[in-house]
This record gives sequence, structure tokens and C-alpha cells, in this order.
Amino acid sequence: MPQDVYQHTFANGLTLLAERMEHVRSAALNFLVPAGCAYDPPAHLGISSVLSDLITRGAGNRDSRALSLALDSLGLDRDESVGSLHMRFWGATLSRNLSAALEIYADILRRPHLPEEEMDAVKALALQDLQGLEDEPRQKLLVELRRRHYPPPLGQDRRGTEEGIESLNATVIREHYRRLFRPRGTILSVAGNIEWEPLRDQVGRLFGDWQGGDEPTLQLGKAPGKREHLAKDTTQTQIGIAYASVPIGHPDYYAAMGAVNVLSGGMSARLFTEVREKRGLCYAVWASYQTYKDRASVICYAGTTNERAQETLDVTLAEIKRLQAGIEPEEVERVQAGLKSSLIMQEESTSARAGTLASDWYYLGRVRTFDEIQAAINSLTSEGIVAHLRRTPPRDFTIVTLGPKTLRIDEE
Amino acid sequence: MPFHEHALPNGLQIIGETSPSARSIALGFFVRTGSRDETPDVSGVTHFLEHMVFKGTPRRTALDVNRDFDRIGAHYNAFTSEENTVFYAAILPEYLPQSVDILADILRPSLRVEDFDMEKNVIIEEIGMYEDQPMWSAYDHAKRIHFAEHALGNSILGTPGSIRALTREQMHAYFKRRYVAPNITVVAAGNLDWPRLVALVEEHCGDWEKGPVGREGVRETHGSGAFQVMTRDKVTQEHVFLISPGPPAESPLRYAADVLALAVGDDSGSRLYWALVDPGLADSADTSFHDYEGAGSFYTSFSCEPEQTAANLEIVRGVLRDVQQQGISDEELRQAKSKIGSRVVRGSERPMGRMQAIGMCWTYLHQYRTVDEELQAFDAVTLQTIRELLDRYPLDQTTTLALGPLKEINGNGRSKPGRGRSR
Repeated sequence: MPQDVYQHTFANGLTLLAERMEHVRSAALNFLVPAGCAYDPPAHLGISSVLSDLITRGAGNRDSRALSLALDSLGLDRDESVGSLHMRFWGATLSRNLSAALEIYADILRRPHLPEEEMDAVKALALQDLQGLEDEPRQKLLVELRRRHYPPPLGQDRRGTEEGIESLNATVIREHYRRLFRPRGTILSVAGNIEWEPLRDQVGRLFGDWQGGDEPTLQLGKAPGKREHLAKDTTQTQIGIAYASVPIGHPDYYAAMGAVNVLSGGMSARLFTEVREKRGLCYAVWASYQTYKDRASVICYAGTTNERAQETLDVTLAEIKRLQAGIEPEEVERVQAGLKSSLIMQEESTSARAGTLASDWYYLGRVRTFDEIQAAINSLTSEGIVAHLRRTPPRDFTIVTLGPKTLRIDEE
Repeated sequence: MPFHEHALPNGLQIIGETSPSARSIALGFFVRTGSRDETPDVSGVTHFLEHMVFKGTPRRTALDVNRDFDRIGAHYNAFTSEENTVFYAAILPEYLPQSVDILADILRPSLRVEDFDMEKNVIIEEIGMYEDQPMWSAYDHAKRIHFAEHALGNSILGTPGSIRALTREQMHAYFKRRYVAPNITVVAAGNLDWPRLVALVEEHCGDWEKGPVGREGVRETHGSGAFQVMTRDKVTQEHVFLISPGPPAESPLRYAADVLALAVGDDSGSRLYWALVDPGLADSADTSFHDYEGAGSFYTSFSCEPEQTAANLEIVRGVLRDVQQQGISDEELRQAKSKIGSRVVRGSERPMGRMQAIGMCWTYLHQYRTVDEELQAFDAVTLQTIRELLDRYPLDQTTTLALGPLKEINGNGRSKPGRGRSR
């Protein structure tokens, strides 16, 4: 399948990636800035979330309202979000408006006002976001699972803490922005009905002379502990299980993806079949794969009414462990069909492609071709996946539950 | 993108929009039945039936159904609303025959008693999941209170009690009545071989039964206008819904309604955003337009700290009142239109987006509308149209429901007034 992918890294370290998609009328942009919540200083947990809100409240010669109006007039649907290692700025609109949108994003990233008079409002929002987690038990469970499974600061949540948010002021925020917002390590990806050369030239003009920032490093601590029960009087018990896998870039990566998909790729996969279809224990049960550059995990989730929670935990753990005992070739064929579908259908979405360009570049230093990924999918076998599972068996589980009663875990 | 339509002798309709440059096909079976078509004794049957459709047929067990879909790499699911049950799949073009085979087969489900009894547990799990999400709970209760005796207020999920009491025979009777050929439209979009699709649907669905179609209680309503506070001690934030009347799905005013909803309550740059979210008074606030057969409504909602609720409610009422009295500005109109234009175009770029859009347009209006026609219709909205809309459907005439730790709000008694952010 022909793909029209371009790449350029500027002298200051900023990387621009683009994919030209002729059959669409829209375009998507995606900035990854190396300013994720893992870099929140311990005294200011939540600072990156607050910064991600404040940074759009005025930039260049537009105040907050003018900035919002300018982007809305371009029909730009957009979102700012904070991940572990990156702050992400995503937007999508008609392709003819993309160039004007980029001019504005250069202001946001390089010349934000970070207005002191808006600090109270953004702090209030951050506190409510943190509090709101108490009314979203599934989200709460997944936040706590990550906190226990990963070594700090990788496992810390973008929402921060009350003390961290309260501690913030404009000075502290400006310093954090100065340290972390920089061209080296920033990735801009664009996908849609665009022309490469004018895009590259425009980005060069807008960002080519961008300098500054520090190069912070992360000191990883020890992961907190493998078991936790969070007591809460809810209708359902939330169950989260995490275990180590291999990162993207590892030779076993595709086999690891295969294993997670045998567990949870479609509705005929192991977890859905055993936990939901056959036993009616859950409405929602799944496993998914998360990667960093140097590590990865499989995250499993189940939500179940309290009376059935013990059985749900037992069955889910049993299914995870049972995987390495053997996988039918037929299961692998279904996984391959699903992965192939997803790969091809991704070509229809400007947002999906913009996201994939950036993440491939970040993890691998290159953009994988369609043919390469398809070939890797085709070469999956049940023997290969089982061999991977024997090399990297699911074990040393981090297990967090949330609900009225603790659950028994069979340690073995 | 060429459009085609065909009706089988038994009344089943087929529509398709072909797009040779698409990489996939999106296929949907739209059954014109939902919670509003239920009597109280079978509350939740439509949604439960949607689940049972995946649990097997004379030639497939539940596991066969899931395996057959996964074998063709289909992205598939279904949903039940107040008025429609839609089964859909996105597939690579070469799997068109298999996907029609599976979807047509499961739409004549066996409803085996063992599967029926087991799946009750899953429905009850789903009800439990939503119980623990106060925002959903608030929405459900608000809708029920707003619509009162109007069938649009019926619960889609039902209750654990109504689900446990349901019998296989009741479900089967409902299925036989509602899943008749003239009540179903097959919808396809993408890289589609139209003659092939028609032949496949004829082959698999040609013998489906005829039967009477239609529904009762199709009438407009401006809602009950009630104000209720539901106290939940375990909930941390207060969640508030205000529902006002709006145009029905058939009305030409629906475009103005979408534009108005954006201007009042989109999550960026709207009246509610500037009034509540930007100053940090509420975590989230929005307005959206929902249309149905014969009726419509605007849903405005916000979540905030309990002690800020009363003050926020006054602010929201103020916004709705201002808009009702003065309409929106020229600039707000332009801004809303440019956002909608972008969203309509982007939504149309994937076959699944087009399939859902043309399927709903056919269901409600028996019309096909191109993307450009939709864009023109939004573009044609003027301040005058908005005024006409507001005169017929007053935005400030609301049913209000608050769910959270508060016992009372303002008119219903004491509640602490909103403070600044001091701790």
C-alpha cells in the first residue's frame, strides 16, 4: 500500500513528520512536547496539568478569548492532554485551515502568557478534576494500579495532589515551562490533505529558531508494592491486574501484541469468552498493552458486582496464567485478521495517522511502513507467541481492587 | 459518492453510498425499535434483546458468532437507544459476503433459555456499572423526570428487578412484533459493491416476516418542568441536568438547534464554557441537542463542588434566559458554523461515520442527504432561524435534576452559597 510519509529534523532538534492523504478534506496536527507528568517536581505534583490548561489562556498578541475565538473560527477541534512523558496538543480541521492553525500553535508553545490572574481558576479546575476521580471508580482504579505498578515517577498521575496543586503560583509555573518546553525531543506530526514542502518551510519559519529549555532526567524509584485494596461502598468491585511485558522495539514485541490479543483482541478472545460469555461475571473485562521505551506492561481490568468479585478475580488470573500452556493456530488467525483490519482502517483517519507517526518516531526513531507491519503480523505463529510467553511469563502481578470487601489472592 | 436504494418484496429496505477510495465497508442493520416502544412489564427488553442477538442462532452458538466476526477482522458492536437498535460492523471489502451472512443470521436469534438466563447476569452487571457513575445516573433520572408519562422517559437498561422478572417468552413476543422486515433497514457505506450487497441481502433476508410497523405515543412534549434533588451521600461532586424542549428529528429547525447547542454549551468557547468552566466554577458544563421521532430536547449539564451548586445553577439559568431573550450574536453564529462544518467533514471521512449518518437520515426522514447538502443546511442557519427556534422551543423552560451529596438547593431549602476558592 503506498504511503506518502515525510520527515525532517531541524538543527534545534525539533522533528516534523507528515503523511499526505489525498482522499480526505481534513488534516490533523499532533505536538508531543517532552513535558509529561513524570517531570512534575515532588513539591508540585499536578503542575503539568495546570500548565496544560493555562498555556491556552492567551499567547502571542491574543488574550484568552481572542485565542479561543481564533481557533474556533478555523473549525479546529482540539485537546491538550498530559501523559507520563509528554504533553500532547492535538487538533483537527479542514486542511485549508491547518496552516493558519500552526501559526497560532507557535504562539501557544513559544509565547504563552501564562497569566497570573487566571491561576485561581485553573487551580480550582485541577482540584475538581482530582476530586472528580472519586465519582469515576474505574478511572480511579486504573490510576491507582499504575501508581503501584510502575516505579515513581513513571506511575504518578497527571492529576497530582491537593497539596501539589495548592502550592502552585505563576512563578513556579513559568519556571517549569521554561525548563521543559524546548525543541529537542518535541515532535510535530501532521496527516491529511497537505503539501509537504510548504508545511516544512512554514514549520521552519515558526520553530526553526526555537532554543532553550533544560534536559531533565528521571530518577526512578522503587515501585510501591504489589497489592492494594481501596475500600469504597460501590455497586461493583473494580479489579486491576498488571504485569511486565516487552517494549516496542524488542524482538518479541509482535509476539507480545499477539499474546495480548489472544487474551483480549476481540469478543472471541479468552477473557471475554471465559469471564463474560460463559460465566456472566462482568459487563466490562479487557486487557491492553502499554509501552515506554525501556519497559512495557499488560493492564487487565474487570468490573463486577461485589458478590461475584472473588470469582471474577480468580477466573481472570487463571486465564492470564493459562495462556502460556498453549494457543490454537485458529486463535492466532483471528488475531491476525483483527490486526490487519485495524492497520488498513487506520489509513482512513487523519488523527490516527498523526498519532502513529509521532509514536513510531518517539519509540523507534523511524516510521514503520504498512508493509513492514503487515509482514510482522503475517509471521505470527502460535508457537512463536507461546515461546515469547515462556521467556516472559505473566507473573509478579500488581493487583489493585476497589470496592466494599477485600479479595483473596492465590499467591503462587 | 453515488447513492442507491432498494426495497425487498417483504418491505426490508437497503440503502448504500459507495466510495471507491475508502479502504473499508461499514454495514449496519437498523431496527426501528427502542425503549419508547416498551410497556412497563418488559422494561429493558429492547436492550436485553440486543445482547441476545449475539448469543446464537439455529446454526451458530454464541462462541461461533464471536469467532466468525473475529475471523474476518470485523470491528463490530450494537447499541440500543430510545427509538432504534442498530447492529453494525466495519470490515475490509473482501468480507462483505461473510458479514452479511453473520449479521442476517444473528438477527433471527434462537433466544435459548440457558443463554437468556446467563446473559441476565451481564445486563445486571451493566446496570451496576452505570450505577457507580453518578453522571450517567443523573442523566437517566433527569430524562425520566422530564418526559414523565411520555415514553421517551423509559429507561433503556431497565432495573435488576425488571430484568430478572423478564421471561424468554416475553422477549420472543417482542422480537416477533418489532423485528419484522418492514421495520428494518440495511445500510452500507464505503468501498461497496452495491449489486452484490443487494443480492446477498435478498438471499439472507428475503424470507423474513412481514408485519405491521409504527409506534404509539408520537407527540411533542415540553417536558414536566419539575425540579428534583436526589441525595446520594457516597457521591463526591454534584451533577446537575437541565432539560428544555427542542424540535423533533423531522423538523427543518434541527440544524438551528445543533448550532444553538454549540453556541450555548460546546466544550470550548461557548457561553457556558466562559461562564462556568473558564473561571473554575465547574469542572465541566455543556449543552447538547437530542432529537427523536416527534419530539426533541436540549440537555444542559454541569458538575461541580456541592457548595458551588446553587450559585452555578443561577448562572446557568441566567445564560439560558439571556439566550432566550436576546438570541446569540453574529460572531457566535459564525463560530458555531465553522466548528460544525469541520466536524461534519471529518465525520464523513470514515465509512462508519457516513453509514450512521445516512442510516439515521433514512430512518427519520426517508431521505438521502450528501455531505455538501448537510453543510449547506448548516450554512443557511441565520439569527432569524435561531429566533424562530427559540420562540417555539423556549430554552429557559427547564426540567432540573441534581444528584449528589446535597439535600436541598435554593428553592427547596437551604444550601450553603458558593464561596471563593479558600481552603
